[in-house]
Amino acid sequence: MSGLLPRNRALHPPALTPEYRSTRLRAPLRPLVALPSTLSEETGPVFGHGMLEPNDSDLIVNFTGTPALGERVIVHGQVRDEDARAIPGALIEIWQANAGGRYRHKNDSYLAPLDPNFGGAGRTLTDDQGRYRFLTVRPGAYPWPNGGNNWRPMHIHFSLFGAGFGQRLITQMYFEGDPLIALCPIAQTVPEGGVDRLVARLDMDTAIPMDALAYRFDIVLRGRDQTMFENCKEGL
Amino acid sequence: MTERLPESPSQTAGPYVHIGLVPNLLGISGLYPHDFGASPIKNGAMGEKIRIVGNVLDGDGTLIRDALLETWQADAGGRYPGTEGADPNVTGWARRITDLKTGAWQLDTIKPGAVPGPDGASMAPHVSVFLVARGINTGLQTRIYFADEARANAACPILSKADRPDTLIARQTAPGAYRFDIRLQGPDETTFFDI
Ligand SMILES: [Fe+3]
Repeated sequence: MSGLLPRNRALHPPALTPEYRSTRLRAPLRPLVALPSTLSEETGPVFGHGMLEPNDSDLIVNFTGTPALGERVIVHGQVRDEDARAIPGALIEIWQANAGGRYRHKNDSYLAPLDPNFGGAGRTLTDDQGRYRFLTVRPGAYPWPNGGNNWRPMHIHFSLFGAGFGQRLITQMYFEGDPLIALCPIAQTVPEGGVDRLVARLDMDTAIPMDALAYRFDIVLRGRDQTMFENCKEGL
Repeated sequence: MTERLPESPSQTAGPYVHIGLVPNLLGISGLYPHDFGASPIKNGAMGEKIRIVGNVLDGDGTLIRDALLETWQADAGGRYPGTEGADPNVTGWARRITDLKTGAWQLDTIKPGAVPGPDGASMAPHVSVFLVARGINTGLQTRIYFADEARANAACPILSKADRPDTLIARQTAPGAYRFDIRLQGPDETTFFDI
């Protein structure tokens, strides 16, 4: 069993970021209690391919089978740990607004219409090299209540499960060149320009002519001690 | 020679996390046949069946209705799923949400056993929690311990490091029933770990 490296909290947003108003009453104000990882963080659920459906990573057709409206994009990349080792078998789950910037959610009442053929979520497992690939539509920017004229940049929410419960990460992916990134109080919670590492790059080598553009988004999860952790074999 | 990479920064899961992680609970059918993490146990799991209920409260004491909690625990013998000898009917992992209307969350599981901890010590029975919601920039890690495990709790090397251990102990309300509220701010702010 190998320990997780301590998290470098300076890379992450502080809990309280008043420009993002929801943090004002929801940010814990006391310091976190820092401890070395234990078995409870070094173990975690394991996911297998048998748990996925064939179209889970294709958001264009995974809801009704009829293609969703919007600009077709491939989002792909590699998941590695802080020692640059690929993480195979990581569960990646994504969710996003449709091409008009509207979520299929009870609490989203934005003017843009729902697309009857877009569900807005997908999931996949990384391969032996830690690589993943989704096909989706480019999500629209959308306005949100934060006390002003606030718009979220185009983004895709990412949830990652590495090898241990303590390696868990939830983040967001932005699109290269979007001028709203610099204006977004949520994107700007990331300290010292670190938000650049959440910006996917246009990847014309992967784009498919006459079919889909492509963006590359590489992800780094918290590292572990050098001794390899023997993964559990059993799925859930 | 290894290249060091910085961990990707966290971002809030936002108010619509349900779409991605528990679409069926939200009422979206058609994406996945079932949500992951629907239950931490299967039929035949050994141990005491328990129910943990609670709320998540903000700094004004208002119920947070858009939170998602993930729980991870050992089996009744204190073995984590996938490790040698673990109960095959305990998957150990669950996803729960605070109800969009009532703000309550609930976990039906079995009581975990004590788990080996640092330096040969034993960690008191506990359920690990990862909590996300709108307004939470980085997922919060905490633990649920049990009030009826006073002796094990007193000896737990992790619980003893918490400056406010009381905030980590679920109150027993009936046999097999516990209440655990998570407070994000205030005098009883829950202890959160960087672990
Ligand atoms: Fe969003």
